[in-house]
Amino acid sequence: MLELKEITKIIGDKIILRNFSLALSPGESVAVIGPNGAGKSTFFKLAAGLMQPTSGEILLNGEQIKKKTHLLKKRIGYLGHESFLYNSLTPLENLRFYGKLYKVKNIEEKGMELLKAVGLHYFKDIPIRSFSRGMIQRLAIARVLLAEPEFLLLDEPHTGLDQEAVSLLNQLMKERQKQGISILLISHDFEQVINVCDRVLILNKGRVISDRNIDPQLELMSFKKWYEAAVIGK
Amino acid sequence: MKQPSAFVDRMLYILLVPAMFVSLYLIFIWSPIEKQMGASQKIFYFHVSTAWVAFLAFFVVGYYCVLTLKKPTESRFIKAGISAEIGVVFTTITLLTGMIWGKSAWNTWWTWEPRLVTVLILLFIYIAYLFVRKMEGTWEKIAKLSAVFGIIGCINVPIVFMAIRWWNTKLHPVVFGEGKNQSGGGVEPDMLVTLLFCIGTITLLYLFMMRKGIEIEKMRLTVRKAKSKVIEKLAS
Amino acid sequence: MKIILADALTIAAKDLRNELKSKQTIGMMIIFSSLVILIFSFAFDPTNNTVKAIIPGLIWVITIFSGLLGLNRSFISEQENDSLTGLRVAPIDPSSIFLGKVVANLVLVIIVQLISIPILFLLFDYRFHGEMIWFLLIVLTATIGFIVIGTFLAALAANAKNSEMLLPVLLLPLLSPLMIGAVQATKIVLEQEGMKDAVSWLQLMAAYDLLFFAACFFLFEYLMEGS
Ligand SMILES: Nc1ncnc2c1ncn2[C@@H]1O[C@H](COP(=O)(O)OP(=O)(O)O)[C@@H](O)[C@H]1O
Ligand SMILES: [Mg+2]
Repeated sequence: MLELKEITKIIGDKIILRNFSLALSPGESVAVIGPNGAGKSTFFKLAAGLMQPTSGEILLNGEQIKKKTHLLKKRIGYLGHESFLYNSLTPLENLRFYGKLYKVKNIEEKGMELLKAVGLHYFKDIPIRSFSRGMIQRLAIARVLLAEPEFLLLDEPHTGLDQEAVSLLNQLMKERQKQGISILLISHDFEQVINVCDRVLILNKGRVISDRNIDPQLELMSFKKWYEAAVIGK
Repeated sequence: MKQPSAFVDRMLYILLVPAMFVSLYLIFIWSPIEKQMGASQKIFYFHVSTAWVAFLAFFVVGYYCVLTLKKPTESRFIKAGISAEIGVVFTTITLLTGMIWGKSAWNTWWTWEPRLVTVLILLFIYIAYLFVRKMEGTWEKIAKLSAVFGIIGCINVPIVFMAIRWWNTKLHPVVFGEGKNQSGGGVEPDMLVTLLFCIGTITLLYLFMMRKGIEIEKMRLTVRKAKSKVIEKLAS
Repeated sequence: MKIILADALTIAAKDLRNELKSKQTIGMMIIFSSLVILIFSFAFDPTNNTVKAIIPGLIWVITIFSGLLGLNRSFISEQENDSLTGLRVAPIDPSSIFLGKVVANLVLVIIVQLISIPILFLLFDYRFHGEMIWFLLIVLTATIGFIVIGTFLAALAANAKNSEMLLPVLLLPLLSPLMIGAVQATKIVLEQEGMKDAVSWLQLMAAYDLLFFAACFFLFEYLMEGS
């Protein structure tokens, strides 16, 4: 259970998030959408413990995320805008390194398994410096899944992925969801949002302006219309 | 708009101006001329009092750095910065007066005397601190980084002093205490009165500059905030 | 504590393995220190006997300047793909990042010293007579202090755009007491007189090391916190 209670975040003189509250129960997957600069990534950084909220609190299974609770961070898998990977290392070495930090048992097996799952096992011994954007994104996803987190925070995971990788990713997410893992997803790709998530939040200028469930029969067009109405209407 | 702080400022000012003249009188007319060095010894009063303020200002920076780390507020951040800026001015004056003193006492512009070198290194630490504050980023981030550097710098100053003292303790007159037989060591009562009055005056000057500096910085902040608000309004 | 150490070693091993692969930084550091020695041998005629007096100072000049190159890299290299953020979201104590970087930098600088100090002695035709144990102890103590505070300030400076320029400005004033001690103690050992003084310098440096290690260890988490 991930709970954010009345989070406000001010950076410099700017209010990035205002009174943001959210409860994420196990197995739920929530999409966060909204225009650029709405504060979506900031919300994720707060939840991942990279920033401290100006006011309000963030609870993970009832425990507050603070500086000293770094062991809680093991439960969170955060995929940011950047890959966090080392260009000079091979995919396997990257996974091995992060696996050690996340105290993952039998890293080798798991690493190989994940590399297969994201379709990189042929490239496992090549330094990732020569990888394309999409390949790096695949590996970044593998890095996030490595420690089997209970909460996935995926910030625009679909960027740079080809069609095959997108469906791979969606499949991976759905699998995790069935295992009771909660997923938060930022995406500008509404098709994937409808495909994967069962609830959606619209964030605009640091405020939640809309929060609704998605039923799987929803049409992409009507979803888009609803989004535009919500963003422009307010 | 009248604020209660304006009254304190006025009082400080009223106190400061006469104090300045009195200390000038005390230094140049009232206090006796030192036997060995003659009139040039008078710079000693400025030297000691500015040196005192240089260290005081640094102590204040350190104090606000610790507070900033505990809980960053804009006011603490500003206070640390202003104190550092004033500190730069006073360390520079201390160095210059120290050099003039050195020239007339030991006929050399520079000596590797512990206190003087400590002040020089203090100046470098001040400047480094101000460089950290000039970094790009939000003020919270800069406040944190500069506070961390300020604390490390503060820890360093006494060690610098000890190390240099150990390295070379030959030249400086130890004014209070040990070295009575060294030239310039020990102070006559009249001189001591003048010195203490000078230290008081310069400390007052420091306080006054602190308050003014903080006020100006806060005004700047208000303007900047208003500006960004207007921009935000125009943008939306 | 054990976990912090284990994580630190993981991070240090990653850095050192990277370095072993590319040999970029260490190569630069060694070449640079050799060049500094070369320039100094033009500046001070090595055949002149009085030049022996500057050998202790030179040891530290080359250590610091080549060390600065390595220190600059150690956090800048983490900015590629923002991997430092990856470390920050990992379930590790921020201090272990500091410790890991200290270990990695220390190994690099010691390797450079192992190569450049013999080169210095060779080019200046200096015969080592002092007691090896004391010499090594002094060099190690001062180098540890230098790397501890250097790594800390490198992490601080890495937040700036011009971090390569900022680091020496921040670091050198803070290093001054350590360097006074290091140069004096090295001089005493090389000239083999007044060993008692050398011991007290060594104590001063050890105290400096401990004090700054403790301060940096605890303050490091503030550097890793985002805004
Ligand atoms: N470190 C920072 N310093 C200053 N402003 C920031 C910082 N991070 C984010 N912002 C501001 O916060 C707002 C929201 O950013 P972000 O959360 O990245 O938006 P998005 O919804 O597009 O992911 C933006 O206007 C951005 O300028
Ligand atoms: Mg974003």
